[in-house]
Amino acid sequence: MASEGTHQSNTKKIWTVFAILSIITLVEVVLGIIKPESLHQVYIYGLSLLNYIFIILTIAKAYYIMWSFMHLEHEKKSFQWSVAGVLGFLCVYLITLVLIEGNYIYDVFQSSQYKWIF
Amino acid sequence: MGATVTTAATKENTWGGGNEPLKVSYGKMMMWYFILSDSLTFCGFLVGYGFTRYKFMDTWPIADEVFNHFPFLHGVDAPMYYVALMTFILIFSSVTMVLAVDAGHQMKKGKVATYMFLTILGGLVFLGSQAWEWKNFINGTYGAVETRGGSILHFVKGEGTEAKQIALADFAIVDENRDEATLTRGKGTWFLKGPEAATYSIAEVKAGLLANPDVKIRTQKTIQDPETGRRYKEVLTREQSVERINDATIVVEGASLIRNEYGHKTFGDFFFFITGFHGFHVFTGILINIVIFFNVLLGTYQKRGSYEMVEKGGLYWHFVDLVWVFVFTFFYLV
Repeated sequence: MASEGTHQSNTKKIWTVFAILSIITLVEVVLGIIKPESLHQVYIYGLSLLNYIFIILTIAKAYYIMWSFMHLEHEKKSFQWSVAGVLGFLCVYLITLVLIEGNYIYDVFQSSQYKWIF
Repeated sequence: MGATVTTAATKENTWGGGNEPLKVSYGKMMMWYFILSDSLTFCGFLVGYGFTRYKFMDTWPIADEVFNHFPFLHGVDAPMYYVALMTFILIFSSVTMVLAVDAGHQMKKGKVATYMFLTILGGLVFLGSQAWEWKNFINGTYGAVETRGGSILHFVKGEGTEAKQIALADFAIVDENRDEATLTRGKGTWFLKGPEAATYSIAEVKAGLLANPDVKIRTQKTIQDPETGRRYKEVLTREQSVERINDATIVVEGASLIRNEYGHKTFGDFFFFITGFHGFHVFTGILINIVIFFNVLLGTYQKRGSYEMVEKGGLYWHFVDLVWVFVFTFFYLV
């Protein structure tokens, strides 16, 4: 609990995390503006390597915000899982299914004679 | 807590109150589970956006071409700088929030108040930035025409990847005798129904296109350069452009929930819906922070002996930041 008064200041750690978040954002913006050919051209499962990098950096940012700023690191393991585990599983599940479906409909629009159904 | 019915001692311990499962206080745990459910709502929105984008993969607008404004830099192509700035503002207000929580742990009332104030300020600046972003999006920059089939046509000068979009005002030939343009609801009492008049009519845009041989039409179709991997929109040849303008039915300026000049109709809807829902969260977050701020000033939490309320408000505020991180990536970056 917070009221003990035994907490010492975490100010230094807070600023470190802020620096990390800023650097990640800066990298994202620079990559987004330059769009290096070597990354933009490589495709893995229909998504360019650059987009994978963006997504990984975003998840890294989310990790720092949740674990450090929202103090999830100080909670019990079971509580961490009850939040991050549930969220991670349901989001990945939804994203996978819905994007596969979206891709399928794109294919139908491109090459099928059943366009009118959609 | 004093239960009136005598029960076994173990039962008293479990159900008598003051128990904290998972070592998290009731308020914090419920805030976390609220955040969990709200995150899933946002996940649903973003996935819906992803679905529509996959569905219309090769006609979706390119974000860099839409969000390229920066304050005081008119006509300068500045993709993403502004949203990046907004991201920094929100991350920074998250930092001041966590500093307020930290000061609360040490029971330093003055420091908590200062940091809360800075957090509120950061939130207001972010909200103002978002309003500016919306203003640009709604007003539009160039204007476009919509075809019978519902697709959007832009007007450009130049070839392929070098093609620069031009505004309708740059080439349209204004017809002095055009009625529906000069008479608007405000100017004529007879003007009661019908679509809101655009600045230019289809006929004026068409006349302008025919009169300027260097103006071409750009469609929504995305083409990827096999050399660089860079994506750009298909530009029609001059002959095709002259042919294609005959399909145009409506002049589109800016964005509404029905159509927008940037491209696919649902693009505007998703923009308004996702950033609007996030902005609403920022707005309520600011209200909550203001209430907490005044309670800090009044010494409510000092008397209570715990600044846990600041922590709970902080959780919500960080959540708002967290959502923005994802909106930033999936709406502006990817």
